[in-house]
Amino acid sequence: MQYETVIGLEVHAQLLTDTKIFCGCSTKFGAPPNTHVCPVCLGMPGVLPVLNKKVVDFTIRAALATGCQVGGRSVWARKNYFYPDLPKNYQISQYELPIAERGHLDIEVEGRVKRIGITRIHMEEDAGKLVHDPAAPLSYVDYNRTGVPLMEIVSEPDMRTPEEAAAYLKALRDILVYLEICDGNMEEGSFRCDANISLRPVGQKELGVKTELKNMNSFRNVGRALEYEMRRQAAALDGGGSIRQETRLWDAQGGKTVSMRGKEEAHDYRYFPDPDLLPLVVDQAWIDKARAALPELPQARRERFAAQYGLTDYDAGVLTAAKPVAEYFEATVAAGGAAKAACNWITSEFMGALNAEGLEIGQAKISPAGLAELIKLVEEGALSGKLAKEVFAEMFASGKNAAAIVEQKGLKQVSDAGELEGVLQKIFQANPNEVAEFKAGKQKLMGFFVGQVMKETKGQANPKLVNELVRKLLAG
Amino acid sequence: MKITRQEVAHVAQLARLRLSEGQMERLTGQLNDILASMEKLNQLDTAGVASTNHALELTGALREDEVRPSLERERVLANAPDSNGESFVVPRVI
Repeated sequence: MQYETVIGLEVHAQLLTDTKIFCGCSTKFGAPPNTHVCPVCLGMPGVLPVLNKKVVDFTIRAALATGCQVGGRSVWARKNYFYPDLPKNYQISQYELPIAERGHLDIEVEGRVKRIGITRIHMEEDAGKLVHDPAAPLSYVDYNRTGVPLMEIVSEPDMRTPEEAAAYLKALRDILVYLEICDGNMEEGSFRCDANISLRPVGQKELGVKTELKNMNSFRNVGRALEYEMRRQAAALDGGGSIRQETRLWDAQGGKTVSMRGKEEAHDYRYFPDPDLLPLVVDQAWIDKARAALPELPQARRERFAAQYGLTDYDAGVLTAAKPVAEYFEATVAAGGAAKAACNWITSEFMGALNAEGLEIGQAKISPAGLAELIKLVEEGALSGKLAKEVFAEMFASGKNAAAIVEQKGLKQVSDAGELEGVLQKIFQANPNEVAEFKAGKQKLMGFFVGQVMKETKGQANPKLVNELVRKLLAG
Repeated sequence: MKITRQEVAHVAQLARLRLSEGQMERLTGQLNDILASMEKLNQLDTAGVASTNHALELTGALREDEVRPSLERERVLANAPDSNGESFVVPRVI
């Protein structure tokens, strides 16, 4: 049978605040176990949580950037379950009245733009970390992460292929990173994704039974897990079986999803409003202030780059995928580097070198002004395109500026007609036969002369000028 | 009867409460009494009244994002039934 796949995603994004959502403990990653905890995040009796204003600020930004309706009154709820990563035995979250609802995100797959609905965005606290003893029947609990602010973003079941799911996830991640509210690191768990997936016969309106997939810690694994689950469900349905509503864990090593037992009961969370926290009211002034502080978002910047700098959509996409790269590009142009050349350098040579060294663009030794200088040297004819790559490599390695390297290595392109004429005259004298043949019409000997000049000048001659000179000197 | 014995047993299980036969009997009765009282409230016409999520009329109470000292680890772990000096130690949960 032909099936249509239906996918919805739930994303948990850790917010880049300095302190936890309900107490002043640090959120810094990597501290020794249980050193960033206090009576509030440990759930000691008698303490009261107090909301971190920045968590609300950040969530409003995300809501505005995804076209959500935001503001008004939202309410904190307790989600009750027993697990040692949760010291209070409940997680403070939002349930019936989240801070934001009904937004959307436009994605592009195979050149087609599709709008994916966002059901809701709410705030909640993260849980602690468990380490299981490999030998003894024990687990070790570290509560440093407990209370770290999370934003949960729930999509509508609007995606039909794993490619669409990946595009949505990437677009959402780019936005959060641009907003500087989440570092977007899937491997380290600061940007996590759970997926709901079901199949239905093509043409059927009613949704099939879904499974929830967890434990996918990279974009690639999200795609692989969805592909696997599509095949598994199709095979089960084709074989006359049915799908059980359950949570399944992605096993990256085995390349399959595995049923996680005991989840049915755990779904009985008995949410109720948290009496410890007052309802949150976000007024229009707060929203207006957040809106005014929104940066240009990836999609808008991409379109602007293409229009303003005459770049292809592809190049504009590469340059704007990460905010620091986009800013580097614009700084290079502002420093006088031609846009097209700056784009070529950044997207090829520069990114290649960064990838090879495992560096971010902000860590590079070349400044935007330095790159602009290199571009100008090539443009003015002082440096050949080929030698410019050599200069770039040296700049990247040492941080020296282009002019100094050109000077020091003697790479300056010879564009002095008088000097080149001298070189050519010597070559003509040494090769009378070629001169005669060229004069008789054997045009392809041009390559021979240029090659000889390059040999004499160690590649520094301006080839365009050499061409002109040969034609001029041997004319008639 | 609004609530059955099975439902009481289910809720007790979710709350990790171990109840004796006598307690089950008594609590089932009490919970039904409470729900019966709620039924009486249900007779009121509440159309047009927004649901109450909080007993207080106040809103707000926000703090700035400023780090404050955490607790010393020794004190963090002082009440733990079991610890290894770094982490809380619990029976294996997976």
